[in-house]
Amino acid sequence: MVADKKPHRDELIHIPPEMAVAEADVRSEEATEFVRGTSLWRDAWRRLLKNKLAVFGLVVVVIVSIASLVGPTLIKRTFGFTPDYIPSQDVKLARSYPPFTGPDGQFSWLHPMGTDNAGRDQLARVLQGGQISLFVGIISTLVSLLIGVTYGAIAGYIGGRVDNVMMRFVDVLYSLPYVILVIVLLSMFRSQTPRGQLILLFVAIGSVSWLTMARIVRGQVLSLKNQEFVMAARATGVSGTRIIFRHLIPNTLGPVIVYATLTIPQIMLTEAFLSFLGFGVQAPLSSWGSLAAEGVQNIAIFPWQLIFPGVTMALTLFSLNFLGDGLRDALDPQMRTV
Amino acid sequence: MTPDSDGNLLEVKNLRTYFDTEDGIVKAVDDVTFQIKRGETLGIVGESGSGKSVTNLSIIRLVPDPPGKIVSGEVIFNGSDLLLLPTEALRKIRGRRIAMIFQDPMTSLNPFMKISRQLMEMTQLHLGHTRSQAYEHAIRMLETVGIPDARTRADDYPHEFSGGMRQRVMIAMALSCEPELLIADEPTTALDVTIQAQILELIKKLKRDTGTSVMLITHDLGVVAGMTDHVIVMYAGKIFEQARTSELFSTPGNPYTKGLLRSVPDPAAEQGKLYQIPGLPPDVARLKPGCPFAPRCERVEEICHKEFPPFVQLNADHYSLCHFAREVYTDSGGVF
Repeated sequence: MVADKKPHRDELIHIPPEMAVAEADVRSEEATEFVRGTSLWRDAWRRLLKNKLAVFGLVVVVIVSIASLVGPTLIKRTFGFTPDYIPSQDVKLARSYPPFTGPDGQFSWLHPMGTDNAGRDQLARVLQGGQISLFVGIISTLVSLLIGVTYGAIAGYIGGRVDNVMMRFVDVLYSLPYVILVIVLLSMFRSQTPRGQLILLFVAIGSVSWLTMARIVRGQVLSLKNQEFVMAARATGVSGTRIIFRHLIPNTLGPVIVYATLTIPQIMLTEAFLSFLGFGVQAPLSSWGSLAAEGVQNIAIFPWQLIFPGVTMALTLFSLNFLGDGLRDALDPQMRTV
Repeated sequence: MTPDSDGNLLEVKNLRTYFDTEDGIVKAVDDVTFQIKRGETLGIVGESGSGKSVTNLSIIRLVPDPPGKIVSGEVIFNGSDLLLLPTEALRKIRGRRIAMIFQDPMTSLNPFMKISRQLMEMTQLHLGHTRSQAYEHAIRMLETVGIPDARTRADDYPHEFSGGMRQRVMIAMALSCEPELLIADEPTTALDVTIQAQILELIKKLKRDTGTSVMLITHDLGVVAGMTDHVIVMYAGKIFEQARTSELFSTPGNPYTKGLLRSVPDPAAEQGKLYQIPGLPPDVARLKPGCPFAPRCERVEEICHKEFPPFVQLNADHYSLCHFAREVYTDSGGVF
C-alpha cells in the first residue's frame, strides 16, 4: 500500500555521495532478487536498518529482554543467588555493598551492581525487575491492542450514530485522570498475593490505555472503508465482521505496530510510577519502579541502589522509543519527507 | 432459478435512489426501468454524474447509506425482489450470482492480501471450497483470464501486478463463481488503450463461454458499440434513450444521444475542432421543472423549459425521453 505508489524517499531528497554508494549496493542486491519482489515488510526492514538510533534501540531492547529472561536463572545457577535470596545464615552479610565489592570490602566480581539493604544481589533483582517491567509493558499493550483495535475498527466501519456513541464513550474515559483511576482500581481490589496484584495491574493499565489505539484505528478504518477494495469485498458477499478482521485491520497494521511499540515504554513508565507509589508490584516480586522506590530511601548512603534500576529503566525506555520512532519512519516513509 | 416468462434475468422497475445532502435531495437515479435478458449484454452510457454507477450499486444494495437511500422501485432478479431480501440472503447473491468488476483495478484489490487469497475468499465463501480446492480453482481462474505463469504469480501481492493484470484478476474473481449477471462498472477506464482492448475481448470471450449476462457501464460509446446488444443512455439520473445498440447508433431518437454520438472523435475526419455538447451537466440537486437537458439542447423550444418530457415509445424496444422524440427519430432516418 505504501511502497508501491510513492517514490522511495531517497528519490525525493538529496542523497550525500557516501550514502548513494550504499544505496547502489542495496539496489543491485535487490536486482538479483527481483523475481521474488520486495514485500512491504522487507522494504520497511531495510529502511529500519538504515536508521542508526533505531538499530541501537533494537539491540538494547533485545539485550535487555534476553538478559532479563535468562539472567535470574543464570545467576542462580552460577552463584546461587536468587533475586530474593537473603544470606541470612550470616548476619554480617546482610548489608548493602557497593558495586564490585565482596563481603570483605575488597574488589570482587560477585555483585557487579552491589547488594541491597538485605544483602540481596542487585543485578539479580534488576534483571528480575526487568522481567516484570517488560512483562507488564508487553501484556498491557497486548490487552490495549486487543480492545483498542477491535473497538476502533468496529466504530469506524459501522460509522454513523454507533460510531458517535462509541467514540464519545472514549472521550469520556479520556477526560478521566487515568492514573487516579488506576490507583482507585488497584486500591479497591487490592489483592493478597503478589501474583494477584500483578494481574490486577495488567487489567487496570490495559483497560485505560486502549483509548488512543481505538482512535488511531478508527481514523484508519474511516479512510480505508471508502476505498474500492472494501466495496469490492462487500460486492462479493463478504460479511461485515470478515471485512473488519480480514480486510481492514491488516491494512491498519503499520500505524498500529508503531503505536504499540510506543505504548510499551509508556506503560512501563506508568507501572514504575505506580510501583514507586506502592500500588504496583509487591515484594518479593520486584520491578524497576519498586527497586527505585527502595533505592530512593537510601539515596545518600547507597546511591547504587537507585542508580542501577534507574539507569537500566531509562536506557530501555529510550531504546523502545527510538525503536518506535524508527519503525514509524520505516513503515510510513511518506510521513517524514515533508 | 427459473427465469421469467419473458426470459428476463434482471428487471429494474421505477428505481429511485436519492442522496440526502446539504444542498438538498439529489435524485441520483430517478425512475429508472430496464430489463436484462439471459445471455444479453446491456450497456449504460452517460456523462460523469449521470447516475450510471448509482444504478448498479442500487441493484446489489451497496449505495452508501447514509447519505444514499433507495427510495422506491423493484429490482427483480430471477423472480425475487433484491430490495426486499434480508441482508443475509442478499450476501449469498452478491458475488455468487451477481458479480461486479470495478472501475479502478489499482484500488479494488486489498493491498495486504495475496492474489490467491483474494480469489480463494470468493469460492470458499460461496461454493464451500476447502483451502486446497479453492487454491486450485483460483489458479485455474487466473489461467482462464490469461495471467502467464499463474501458479507462481498467484502468491504475489497486488502491487506486484500491472494495472491490466489486476483488472484480469478482478475479472477472475468476478467470474470464479460463474455468476448469472456480471456488472462491469467502467472496467477499462483506468487502463490504456491496448490493455482496454484485451480486457474487453476477454470479457466478450468469457461471456460467450459461460453465457453470463453482462451489464456494462461506460462513458465510451466505442465500447458500447462493440460489446452490447442493448443500450441505455442516462442523463441527470434519468433514462434518456433506450434501444437496441445498432438502432441507437443508426437512428437515435434523442437530441442528447445525437450530441453524444457527434462528440466521438472521428479519426478519418480532417483535423479540426472536436464537437462538444455545450454547457455542463446540470446540478442534480437543483433541477428545474422542465427537461434537464433543455439548457444544452440544440433543438430546444418553449415547452422544454416548462414541462418534463414524456417517455416516448418509438418502436418495439426503442424509447426516448423528449418532447420531440418522433421528430428527432425521423430526422436521423428512423421509420415508424
